[in-house]
Amino acid sequence: MRYHTPSTFEDAARLAASASGLTRFLAGGTDVLVQLRAGMVQPDDLIDLKKISGVDAIERTEDGGWHIGVAVPGIRLGGHADLCADWPGVVEGMELVGSTQIQGRATLVGNLCNGSPAADSVPGLVAAGATVTITGPNGTRTVPVEDIPVSPGKTSLAAGEVVSAITLPPRGSNGGDAYLRFIPRTEMDIAVVGCAVNLRLDGDTITEARVALGAVAPTVVLVPEAADAIIGTTLDDAAIAALVAAAEAACNPITDKRGTVEFRTEVAGVLAKRAARIAYSRAKGENA
Amino acid sequence: MTKVHVTTTVNGDPVEFLADPRETLLDSLRNSLGLTGSKEGCGTGDCGACSVTMNGTLVCSCLVLGVEAEGAQIETIEGMGGDTQLHPLQRKFVEHAALQCGFCTPGILVAAKKLLEENANPTETEIRYWLAGNLCRCTGYDKIIRAVQDAAAEMRGEAA
Repeated sequence: MRYHTPSTFEDAARLAASASGLTRFLAGGTDVLVQLRAGMVQPDDLIDLKKISGVDAIERTEDGGWHIGVAVPGIRLGGHADLCADWPGVVEGMELVGSTQIQGRATLVGNLCNGSPAADSVPGLVAAGATVTITGPNGTRTVPVEDIPVSPGKTSLAAGEVVSAITLPPRGSNGGDAYLRFIPRTEMDIAVVGCAVNLRLDGDTITEARVALGAVAPTVVLVPEAADAIIGTTLDDAAIAALVAAAEAACNPITDKRGTVEFRTEVAGVLAKRAARIAYSRAKGENA
Repeated sequence: MTKVHVTTTVNGDPVEFLADPRETLLDSLRNSLGLTGSKEGCGTGDCGACSVTMNGTLVCSCLVLGVEAEGAQIETIEGMGGDTQLHPLQRKFVEHAALQCGFCTPGILVAAKKLLEENANPTETEIRYWLAGNLCRCTGYDKIIRAVQDAAAEMRGEAA
């Protein structure tokens, strides 16, 4: 295995594009090193992205959004007061990934590109409308986060392409987001179901919403029907009932040791309801 | 396999070693530098027995490559207390019998030291969450929590 430390994303993409064998990009390494050591993946070329300028930065964009470097570990998100104020749901999703030690290394982009349908940080990013910039041999392109995973462990990235940035949109006024997951213990487990809700209010009425579900389909899914169920409402009981029904209808889960199809489907509705209420409270400026 | 020359700082001392690119920092510390205090429990980042700090951040050294240590500041259990003077956490672990087999202890001490640097007066809940990535199969954790609380109180200058 050859270890590379390119200083630009263009060089990283070039290295990957010209490699004849198996290539992996390394940021936090909390998935790549486990796969490497287990013998599941034996890369010929390992391309460490951490020497590239700016990969460890959290910066406000010109339009008031956020640019988060691909090597920023989870622990830095929770320590960033302004980012937490804008996107608490995104941050709380990432903070559920692993232990303190894992938080010291694990990254948003790594969690995304690992391709797990149960990735805790991904529903929050999808609900927020986050995008990633991809650098490849033919230049760069920007795509929504939900377009990256295509099936468990697989992404839409072509050979030689590397995610070079992740961008959160401007929070704007009267907005709130939240992420909840179900696990049978209190800490250090993989989501049985996850749900993120992001919404905006005009007075008491929801004007915009995005709802994303994790671990109930081969990828994290954006559920427009669930958003439609609450847009134009004050999150009254009828809207909640419609939200729950839409979330349940979007589920296409598997039965495994963590939960059955029926359990996951029911929990998706419950989490959608609770996450929507938290996001609504946050949009109102309440502590939730 | 071409080995890579790595220059880094461990417990304040400049060191250098040759690392196979696939080798973990844990293996570099133990096999190249002879620092065997950090333990390998799981090798997959679940148990925390290999905990060290890298540039001030708590990490599992089994999930860091040795080559990634280039230019970094690494702190291990060997840097925590001297032969004659234990760190307050180490002393309280002895007093509270917060260890039995001792395999998890170096990692827990490194993690707890980092916690107390960030938060001099953590609640029991904060300690339990912070140490959730450090598994101990002997003590049942209660004695560990009490030892950390007691050490924190002493380090704050409060009478225990």
